[in-house]
Amino acid sequence: MKVSRKTAILFLLPNLLGFLVFTFGPVFFSLGASLTDWNLQEPGQTSFVGLANFAELLLDKKFWLYFVNTVYFLLGMPFAIAGSLFLAVLLNQKIKGMVAYRTLLYLPSFTSGVALMILWKALYNPTFGPINQFLLATSRVLHLPMDVPQWLLSTKNILGLEPEKLGMTGTQFGIGARDALILMGIWMSIGGSNMLLYLAALTNVPEDLTEAAQLDGASRWQCFRAVTWPSLAPTTFFIITMGLIGGLQGGFEQARVMTGGGPAGSTTTLAYHIYSKAFEEFRIGYASAVAWILFAIVFAVTLAHWKFGSREATDL
Amino acid sequence: MKQSKWMSVLVIACLVVLSITTLAPFLWMILTSLKPLQEVEQSSILPSAANPGNYSEVFQQVNFSRYYANSVFIAAWVTLLTLLTSSLAAFSFARLKWSGRDSLFKLYLATMMIPGVVTMIPNYTIMVKLHLLDSFTGLIVPASFSAFGTFLLRQFMLTIPPALDEAAYIDGATPWQIFAEVALPLSRPGLITLAVFTFMGNYGSFFWPLVIVKSDQLRTLPIGLMYFDSMYGRTTNLLMAASVMSIVPPALLFILLQKHLVKGIQLGAVKG
Repeated sequence: MKVSRKTAILFLLPNLLGFLVFTFGPVFFSLGASLTDWNLQEPGQTSFVGLANFAELLLDKKFWLYFVNTVYFLLGMPFAIAGSLFLAVLLNQKIKGMVAYRTLLYLPSFTSGVALMILWKALYNPTFGPINQFLLATSRVLHLPMDVPQWLLSTKNILGLEPEKLGMTGTQFGIGARDALILMGIWMSIGGSNMLLYLAALTNVPEDLTEAAQLDGASRWQCFRAVTWPSLAPTTFFIITMGLIGGLQGGFEQARVMTGGGPAGSTTTLAYHIYSKAFEEFRIGYASAVAWILFAIVFAVTLAHWKFGSREATDL
Repeated sequence: MKQSKWMSVLVIACLVVLSITTLAPFLWMILTSLKPLQEVEQSSILPSAANPGNYSEVFQQVNFSRYYANSVFIAAWVTLLTLLTSSLAAFSFARLKWSGRDSLFKLYLATMMIPGVVTMIPNYTIMVKLHLLDSFTGLIVPASFSAFGTFLLRQFMLTIPPALDEAAYIDGATPWQIFAEVALPLSRPGLITLAVFTFMGNYGSFFWPLVIVKSDQLRTLPIGLMYFDSMYGRTTNLLMAASVMSIVPPALLFILLQKHLVKGIQLGAVKG
């Protein structure tokens, strides 16, 4: 119904006030702060430094290392999304006990947080943790000697990235802390909201289309490729967008609770880097500059994904 | 599509394997929480005897009941305030026509892309200035305005047939009455979803309490667990007992409400 602006604003007011004070204002405030040398431990000595913070961070090797870490953690995303889709396809097969499976598979993502991270820290313990115990038992049964991964204690990774250096080396090739966090992330998210979104989208795939394809002699896989997958494109697009936005600013909780950002900074993401600069070194100005760079990265990646990804999503 | 027999067997087999992978860590957590410490280090699978004493031990080591109470208290307040502010704003965006509405709504949507760390630092300094560090107000108020909640409830309110509130309007009802008597009752599924996810998000919230809370009296469950872990990290059995206690309430909540929640997530694409 049409109402006066005054009435409309009155409804909006409680939320709008909070929005202005805690979101809109802070965005500009933080942009201003990024141009100063504000340090909470030196009150009254703040001065305008122009782009000095940005120059400092772009020349800081650590910033680039943490940027690489942040991108490395995105490697888990395709696997997590494919896993969610696979689960949704399984649950969509009109089986008995669907609700029970769905509830069970959703539990890790619903209860995720510090408690589960403390649990995984114990699971990954190289000596008494059950994961290595299981690997050792398997290798004994199969008579295959195996060097079990050191998980959270190791800087190794599947790309062979060097610790504290930008580069790759054969000796770092293996499985370490970064991969451990990725595996945990897949376990936590695979049965979560993405799976439910795919499940909802799958029930909307027109059945006569898949049936027509079957009558034409298409195999199950061909049918999935040609009919189901294209009609899931908008859902996939949404899931990737949210995954990129969340993933690029992620890794904070894991680093704070499980690894302290180590070993040798290998699990420090940009989000954790900003936290340590702001709340451990109290360099508010510098931390704001890093936060704005992170914002710019998120923005650019999302925009690129929209520009190129949405064309694909509608073309298919 | 017709299901061949071996295909259904394959589907069930995959689901069973994946369910076991999902459950195994939880099972290990429960078994470990019942073991004496030396059995954890010997990696025995089952505890030689159930040892529920670990659970009461947690309450003696740290102020665990206080952390519980704080988490529930804060999450309940934030949920109440978020539902109030979001539903009012959503009504204005979805059911009222006024100039400037759609551009303001787009601005709301755009802010959902801003990384939390960007606003976190200024918000922290606001709390310092207002002397709200280490206070319940500082923990509750900044968390109570959700652009996402506004978006979610707007999507629900858009599905209400316009004829309903137009009829009430013609009968002389004020917008406030229409909000309370038409829009709110009809958005119940959306309100339930938002309530549960807001509650859960704040029950498990980590970043904001971490920077705001200084004293033990104000620690929430996640913060308390983290300090417990850093102080008594070697007592894996006690840590697991504490972790079990902190995830059982949300797990039960989810199992009880899962029907509503699944619908809400699928409609509004809630981040979980």
